[in-house]
Amino acid sequence: MAGEDLNEEERSEEDKKKFLFLMRKAPYGSIYPQGGLEVILIMAAYDQTISVLFADDGVFCLKKGQETAGIHVKDFSSAFKVLESYGVEHLYVDKTSLEERGMKPEDLLTGVEVVSSDEMSGFLSGQDVILPF
Amino acid sequence: MKFGILILEGPYQHQAGDSAYNFAEAAVAKGHAISGLFFYCDGVQNATTYMTPPQDDRHISKRWAEFIAKHGVDAVVCIAASKKRGITDANLIKGARIAGLGQLTELGIESDRLIAFGD
Repeated sequence: MAGEDLNEEERSEEDKKKFLFLMRKAPYGSIYPQGGLEVILIMAAYDQTISVLFADDGVFCLKKGQETAGIHVKDFSSAFKVLESYGVEHLYVDKTSLEERGMKPEDLLTGVEVVSSDEMSGFLSGQDVILPF
Repeated sequence: MKFGILILEGPYQHQAGDSAYNFAEAAVAKGHAISGLFFYCDGVQNATTYMTPPQDDRHISKRWAEFIAKHGVDAVVCIAASKKRGITDANLIKGARIAGLGQLTELGIESDRLIAFGD
């Protein structure tokens, strides 16, 4: 893969961009959350600034105690817990989305920052690339 | 402006792939450049030679192949998504290539805007 060679190169600061992954969908209902996660894991090797924001049904991706044996698909939720070790340190959850679904921060798999809609819109406008999944 | 285009939905099922194509054509017509296409998830199906739609309908993969040839655009089809769907070089449209998600990262870095077309 051509991309792998580039991981080794030192990138100039100009090449460094702020990527935000906007996770809006529940896990397992479609390929989107898993597809997004796979991009995050690859991109983490590229020395970019990566943030992940969970909003709408995307907050379910982080729900503790996922059990997928009954639907015969892989439980990928544990991968969200290890993102920090991949250098992805900025995980955010939309406060309203969480509250609308009767969830609390302690229901989530990993330590995340809960942000208000106002904080979120300011945060979105500061990104170079937003990838909706 | 240099636009990168990410296509996440399959052909004939969802509008996303059509919108991506219409956007790309319109951008070029306005004098912008397309820095690359990246087909991911079911989006990879847009770039196969499997389809034979009726004559009075648009031929989605042929349309992309012509766009790629005409404008010399780099078109990458995700290898992991291709493997799940039996897509290989043997059934890929001309001008497209199969590569990894690192290429999507590169596209995000080199484009002024990366536009995602999905659900």
